[in-house]
Amino acid sequence: MTGRPRTTAARVLQNRLFLAACLACTSLAVLALAVLLISVLVQGVPGLRWNFFSEYASRKPDRAGILAPLSGSVWVCTTCMLLSLPLGVATAVYLEEFARRTRLNRFIELNVRNLAGVPSIVYGIIGLTAFSRMFGLVGSADGTPLVLGDPESFLHLELPFGQSVLAGGLTLMLVILPIVIIASQEALRAVPRGLRQASEALGATRWQTTWQVTLPAAAPTILTGAILAMSRAIGEAAPLLVLGIPLFIASTPESLMDQFTVLPFQIYSWASRPQGAFHDLAASGIIVLLAVLLSFNALAIYLRIRLQRSTAS
Amino acid sequence: MPNPIAFSLVLIGTLLVGGGGVQQEPSNLRGRVRVDGSSTVFPITEAVAEEFARVAPRVRVTVGVSGTGGGFKRFCTGLTDVSDASRPISATEVKSCAENGIEFVELPVAYDGLCVVVNPANDWVSQLTVEQIRRIYGSKETVRTWRELDPAWPDRPIRVYSPGTDSGTFDYFREVVVGSKGTTRSDMSVSEDDNILVTGVAGDRDAIGFFGFAYFVENRDKVRAVAIDGGKGPVTPSDETIIAGTYVPFSRPLLIYVNRRSAERPDVRAFIDFYLEQAAELVPDVDYTVLPAPVMDRVRANWRDRRTGTQFLTPAGEKVKGTLVEVYR
Repeated sequence: MTGRPRTTAARVLQNRLFLAACLACTSLAVLALAVLLISVLVQGVPGLRWNFFSEYASRKPDRAGILAPLSGSVWVCTTCMLLSLPLGVATAVYLEEFARRTRLNRFIELNVRNLAGVPSIVYGIIGLTAFSRMFGLVGSADGTPLVLGDPESFLHLELPFGQSVLAGGLTLMLVILPIVIIASQEALRAVPRGLRQASEALGATRWQTTWQVTLPAAAPTILTGAILAMSRAIGEAAPLLVLGIPLFIASTPESLMDQFTVLPFQIYSWASRPQGAFHDLAASGIIVLLAVLLSFNALAIYLRIRLQRSTAS
Repeated sequence: MPNPIAFSLVLIGTLLVGGGGVQQEPSNLRGRVRVDGSSTVFPITEAVAEEFARVAPRVRVTVGVSGTGGGFKRFCTGLTDVSDASRPISATEVKSCAENGIEFVELPVAYDGLCVVVNPANDWVSQLTVEQIRRIYGSKETVRTWRELDPAWPDRPIRVYSPGTDSGTFDYFREVVVGSKGTTRSDMSVSEDDNILVTGVAGDRDAIGFFGFAYFVENRDKVRAVAIDGGKGPVTPSDETIIAGTYVPFSRPLLIYVNRRSAERPDVRAFIDFYLEQAAELVPDVDYTVLPAPVMDRVRANWRDRRTGTQFLTPAGEKVKGTLVEVYR
């Protein structure tokens, strides 16, 4: 054998060197993160006063708040999740449990995997054409939308969707759908074959097996994947910018047809203002965005542990 | 129950009298005013929208930042009521509006000075002529070192910084320096975020850059503004020289364009009335320069008469020469 150290001391030394190299790599990453976090915290924590959460944007930095972008982000991400979770899980169930390995299905699967790597701005362009403008097929030429139902009520539709929460949610759905599908597929694949076979041996149909055995067993992993996808959606700005969403808005959404703005957009805008006080506000905004992201991740971990416990018992 | 005929007569009367007559109280107004366009003008419109929300809480004003060009694209298809612009509308954009049957009222609301800045450690440049700036930024007879520009200056490379080429700021600068058909050099450091340009010039002794006056005001300790010789001797950018019209040719008007048909709506009308009323107070708050009173009077009169079209282009589509004060006489 070549290259293998002969003595114990040499092997121990090699071991130590490797360990040191690994530690150096890890600490480099942690150091970069720490520098970033500390500088943001130092700059942004003083700005986290109560009215930062209860006020709209303002020309006076000490009066400016993130009510509009924070509520907009929550609305659009909730919409996105409610749309993409059923669709994504259903697609994964079809591909894993029902579909035959035909050439077409393999082609679909390959495409889903490729779509996961497409830059999000591309989905923004699809969203603009399909949801925001609806190919110019509906609504009048001067931009007045076609209104279905009472515009004052929560349940009404305006076609095309324009820059509404629904248009934003659908566009973000395009971004995270491939991720949700792949995560759900992996989760279903990880369910032991024996469970399905046992169920089928008892005379259960494939539908009963999927619904009562496979899906509950895969649920914790599916949820984790979905929530991680959602934390990606909340950080996205590019596809929404393509839709032409406004930056300043002095109201919070009340229905799916209302306009909105999002946190990353507001943070970017504050960071590019000339006045230094707005740069501090941007840092405060980043802290809020990070807190939202971390709470999503915490929720994912909590749900996984809880569901695993309940399926194990 | 009021007589419907009498009521509609009053309504018609109100519409005819317009701004001067009986008006609906802004606090009772409802509606949606859509504004989009320049990110340079955004702070002004944001400030106006913020204050307007106090007097007319049920009118939802939304302000986007698609850039001057992007804003006009949406404005000329009728997607927005008002367009923010950091340069006058172009002949192509006027044509595209006309094709969609969109008429507009042009309203200058503030001044901005474009500042050409260098590093504070640069001890050789104190003033530049427009011709010298053209040789730094243009693609023809481009200089690579400071000495090529002036034999008395050091033989050091020039590093050039510029705002993003989609911005109205860049458009205006290019128009002044190399003309509408000219091109700029391709080896510039370009950023959409002007703070990056400040950092770039502040950290490089051989750098030169340009951006709006507000960014210079906030960073006086990091960069130095160069006096500009536009043919009548060197002038340093300041509130006084910009408002007096002596800081030429880099004083530029910031404007809003209002869709003529949207202007019929009471919510849009109240918003623009409020905009022109408050501009003098809100513009300095966001570090821009207010327009001289005679120009502002002219702008208010144009709005009252709903004068459509741009005053920066002749009917034939030729550019009108001169500063804002000369154009808006």
